[in-house]
Amino acid sequence: MAEPVILAEGLTKVYKMGGVEVQALRGLSLQIDKGEAVAIVGPSGSGKSTLMNILGCLDRPSDGEYTLDGERVAKLNDDQLANVRNRKVGFIFQSFNLLSRATALSNVELPLRYSGVTKGRKERARQSLIAVGLKDRINHRPYELSGGQQQRVAIARALVNNPAIIMADEPTGNLDSKVGQEIMDLLLNLNRESGTTLIIVTHDPKIAAQTQRIIRIRDGVVDTEPE
Amino acid sequence: MSLLQVLVEALESLNSNKMRSGLTVLGIVIGVGAVIAMLAIGQGAQDSITGTISGIGTNLLFVFSGNQQVKVRNIRPLTVQDSQALGDPFLTPHVQQVAAFIQGSNIEVTAGGQQTSTSLAGVTPEYFPVRNYKVAEGETITQENLLGRASVAILGVEVADKLFNRHEGLVGETVRIEGQPFRVIGVLEKKGGSAFGSEDNVVLIPMSTARTRIVPRAADRVDIIMAQAVNSDSVVMATQEITNVLEARHRTAIGEDDFTVFSQASFLQTAATITGVLTIFLGGIAAISLLVGGIGIMNIMLVSVTERTREIGLRKALGARKRDILVQFLAESSLLSLIGGLIGIFLGWLIATIVGQIAAANNTVFVPNISLSAVLLATVFSTAIGLFFGIYPANRAATLQPVEALRSE
Repeated sequence: MAEPVILAEGLTKVYKMGGVEVQALRGLSLQIDKGEAVAIVGPSGSGKSTLMNILGCLDRPSDGEYTLDGERVAKLNDDQLANVRNRKVGFIFQSFNLLSRATALSNVELPLRYSGVTKGRKERARQSLIAVGLKDRINHRPYELSGGQQQRVAIARALVNNPAIIMADEPTGNLDSKVGQEIMDLLLNLNRESGTTLIIVTHDPKIAAQTQRIIRIRDGVVDTEPE
Repeated sequence: MSLLQVLVEALESLNSNKMRSGLTVLGIVIGVGAVIAMLAIGQGAQDSITGTISGIGTNLLFVFSGNQQVKVRNIRPLTVQDSQALGDPFLTPHVQQVAAFIQGSNIEVTAGGQQTSTSLAGVTPEYFPVRNYKVAEGETITQENLLGRASVAILGVEVADKLFNRHEGLVGETVRIEGQPFRVIGVLEKKGGSAFGSEDNVVLIPMSTARTRIVPRAADRVDIIMAQAVNSDSVVMATQEITNVLEARHRTAIGEDDFTVFSQASFLQTAATITGVLTIFLGGIAAISLLVGGIGIMNIMLVSVTERTREIGLRKALGARKRDILVQFLAESSLLSLIGGLIGIFLGWLIATIVGQIAAANNTVFVPNISLSAVLLATVFSTAIGLFFGIYPANRAATLQPVEALRSE
């Protein structure tokens, strides 16, 4: 029996935009098990990004319960959430989001710094870079790397703290299809080999099709109708 | 994160935008430099003025004719007899010695082809001990010079230099004062500058000679009487005694003294007050520039926060707490002001030293005084400014919501 790493029940999120209330999530519930590789898809405005922010602990739901890796996180304050993000979530962004003046190694080291790790930090970062195939690029800066290499650094950074989930937001969106496929292969490989739960948010059906399960979001809830 | 790491990262960040960091630091450099230089110059001026006055002697009293406080009619001038009365130990037990003199300014003195304009005093032998003047060579004016209305003169160092390009071996030379020949009998020791002009730019001749030939005065009349109190503690008593004697001799109405007794102590106090105000004034202006520098820091930090919103969002996504971001930006702003402060101290020291050199080149004894307290004050103040003006931008960065920060371009 697989145990759930993500358990969300009745999530709602209400934004206030210019005095008008917008409901981005309307009582959404879902479960993702440990070791799964899932894709979250949906048209723009469906609440897909909002869901990703909440699942990644970047934001709090207006209402509902959310348990991440056994920890109830819906009511935590900012600093507690930061701590949860640091330990349990690895982010991969469409535009890589690396610190341009820091080396690949320093970039990967960053989450470890915030978690207060002092011993063996550089070594862990190095191992993480080797795991994504960047053994020869450890001291390069982002502008010295290709797009695919930059995204590999970002993946190394997401992995370095051994997170419970990896949250990838359009990870191939800024790459050509060949390099994009390499990145997808790498992510799926890591998922298979180390058993890290992988959540990919995308609107590309070809990317989504490579995962084990596709969760469709429509109008702030999970769309259960088959295609 | 450890403090060292925070500092290293702040340095890296400042280093990545050298031009901007440099200009911001410059604001603080100028502010701190100005504060240090102004305080040093003010303090130096105060030291110089009080030093000069103390050098003349704080137990010296000056008696002038006239009264600046009240309007008095029929002012009687000071006379040789007044001076003698003030020297009477029974009338004025707290006065040690008295010297009266008459003076003229812009007196033309020539020797060979050289000419200079100087101030002249017609003096008595007592003038030298009371005023603390000594001759470097030759002799002082004697009672015989006075009685014989001798055409003899003692030159100040500056006058000697101007006329002869030297101030040694001049005894026996002849100078012309207002066209009349005088024999040089001595040269004064160098005194250095004072707040009231150079004390070396003087010519001293016997009072009787001056009265009849250079600065005509009615018989017995003198311009200033100097009285030396027994010691600096008896200045007040001596002042009272002098006042009593002169009130009796001049038969003045009550509250209408036709003379003024001025002590060095009151000079000293006045000078200290003036230079104190000057120092505060200069320091105040400098402090304003430091404040402007601080606002510069705030401005740059705000720009930096706006520019790096996305970076802040990323750091937060990776697990940075509010405190981490706050510390990061505060470290940058206080580092800016600390670096500026250190360079500013050096700059201030440099300016003060240069001013001192210029003063020395102009024969003015003036040593800028950079006090440790001013240096500490400037350092603490500039770092505090960095912290204070950094708090608002840093706090703004720290409270950014990660979702919104990540969304910004």
